[in-house]
Amino acid sequence: MRTARSRHAVSGLMIGLTYLAAILATLPLILILGHIVAKGASSLSLAFFTHMPKPVGEVGGGMANAIVGTLILIGVASLIGLPIGIGAGLYLAEKRGTPFANTVRFLADVLNGLPSIVIGIFAWELLVRRAGFSAFAGGVALGSMMIPLVTRTTEEMLLVVPTSLREAALALGYARWRTSISIVLRTAMAGIATGVLVAVARIAGETAPLLFTALGNQFWSTSLRQPIAAIPLQIFAYSLSAYDEWHRLAWAGALVLITMVLIISIAARFVTRSRFGAAVD
Amino acid sequence: MTSLPAEWLEKEKDRRILRVEGSAVSDRIYEVLTAACALVVPALVIAIALAIFVAAWPAFSKLGLSIVTTSDWDVRAGHFGAAPAVYGTLVSSAVALIIATPLALGVAVFLSEFSPTWLRQPIGFLVDLLAAIPSVVYGLWGIFVLIPLLREHVMPFLRDTLHLGATPFFRGAAYGPSMLAAGVILAIMALPYISSVSREVLLAVPRSQREAALALGATRWEMIRDAVIPFAKSGIIGGIMLGLGRALGETMAVTLVIGNRLEISPSLFAPGYTMASLIANEFSEATSDLHLSALMAVGAILFLITLIVNAIARWLVWSVSRSQAR
Repeated sequence: MRTARSRHAVSGLMIGLTYLAAILATLPLILILGHIVAKGASSLSLAFFTHMPKPVGEVGGGMANAIVGTLILIGVASLIGLPIGIGAGLYLAEKRGTPFANTVRFLADVLNGLPSIVIGIFAWELLVRRAGFSAFAGGVALGSMMIPLVTRTTEEMLLVVPTSLREAALALGYARWRTSISIVLRTAMAGIATGVLVAVARIAGETAPLLFTALGNQFWSTSLRQPIAAIPLQIFAYSLSAYDEWHRLAWAGALVLITMVLIISIAARFVTRSRFGAAVD
Repeated sequence: MTSLPAEWLEKEKDRRILRVEGSAVSDRIYEVLTAACALVVPALVIAIALAIFVAAWPAFSKLGLSIVTTSDWDVRAGHFGAAPAVYGTLVSSAVALIIATPLALGVAVFLSEFSPTWLRQPIGFLVDLLAAIPSVVYGLWGIFVLIPLLREHVMPFLRDTLHLGATPFFRGAAYGPSMLAAGVILAIMALPYISSVSREVLLAVPRSQREAALALGATRWEMIRDAVIPFAKSGIIGGIMLGLGRALGETMAVTLVIGNRLEISPSLFAPGYTMASLIANEFSEATSDLHLSALMAVGAILFLITLIVNAIARWLVWSVSRSQAR
């Protein structure tokens, strides 16, 4: 039988270890962000946003085409992912408990866990094998990743809406679809906006699905039928290169990308906190 | 209260009836539209599976199981043995889980049991933010910060100072790009998934469970070990499986730090390869139909493995939340 003192010593030690784990777990984020800001900021200039990439050996240049390319890809992906995702989320929230809804929910979770490279070769097989690399194929790949993400967050946000609100609208003679769209969906809007932002943040930095679809482009292109540049693709290409100048640009690209992603993620947090809370009260 | 004119009531009744009938039609349209959206999800899963398995079929039928059992990957000779990539995928993910699981559980227990209230939000947020950092950014950081750190400090420390060089796992020259580097990067990437699921299932453990343990004279650690963790066990395992799913399929960060060499070596200091990086590196330069199909086959195997891991993970997490709902 161990003494009370040794048991308390073990307890104190283990609790101390959880404190240590908390410190160790926050360390990587601080380190990564610190390095990106330190190395990226010194390489960032106005030219980065307005100039095109320069050939090897020339100093300077920017990622104007990749920044625009990433925005276009996010746009195409959102056009595909948002309506389908929100529609599917509405369905899941309303038909909760039916076998079909359960299957869809489960498969959406499974899709969320699929490696993005698998989505990439799927989009290649579907669109690129015959028609060639294109921004559209990249958008489809990213959109396919968005659908299950948006479906699940929409469903979860809709479930928070009190049933009494829905019942009140129906009692007032609202049709079911109008109740869903203008009462339930509207009440959950802030929450759904959060889900959408999180999904956008997630796909904005994706590289693997774009490798064999959007491909990347050294030149200016906004056509959906042509290969298009994207910030993550550019970072990948530059970090594999042997030139310091390109490494500098990769860090600057990482800083821009991460700023974008973090602003969206933090915005997502505040949208829910401020407005969604008020809507439910 | 004044009574309403009878004819107005009559008209209003007709209008309501019309509206109800009209809404029956629009309700139907609404229902079909949302159901169609929902149908896209299973359709997508089936389409992905079909597209990849059909494209992989020539390789499967010609090479059979030798894709995963042999180690000779020679594009020109038509040999496609991806065993080193399968090995690398499994080992790098295992290393990641060995590093990430204790850390993630530590954070989850800290946040659910011991953290001062004011620290709970910020630390949870910081750890969750790790999941928001793009994979390629991890890779960039891995090449220029993590790898030099491992090569100059961590690897020599493990090998010489701790004398782990005597074991086969930490032997050989420390070049930098290695299975260890991939494992460390993957650990950082899997950490937020494991910790956020664990934190949620720990928070869902009823207070009475904790109070009963403390009332029986358990210390706070004994309470967690004997009363809280067993209750949340399958949810925690689900979280670990989710992290595993992430690690198995992670592409960009691993491609940048693992060294991309198709060799099986027991040493974590040696470079390796993963299935996802093999696809990422060779797919767009595939020279022959068989090469392409072999890469698709590697993708198909990766698809199956992650599908199974994720399905088990979801089922475990779901079974916990269901038992708590009762």
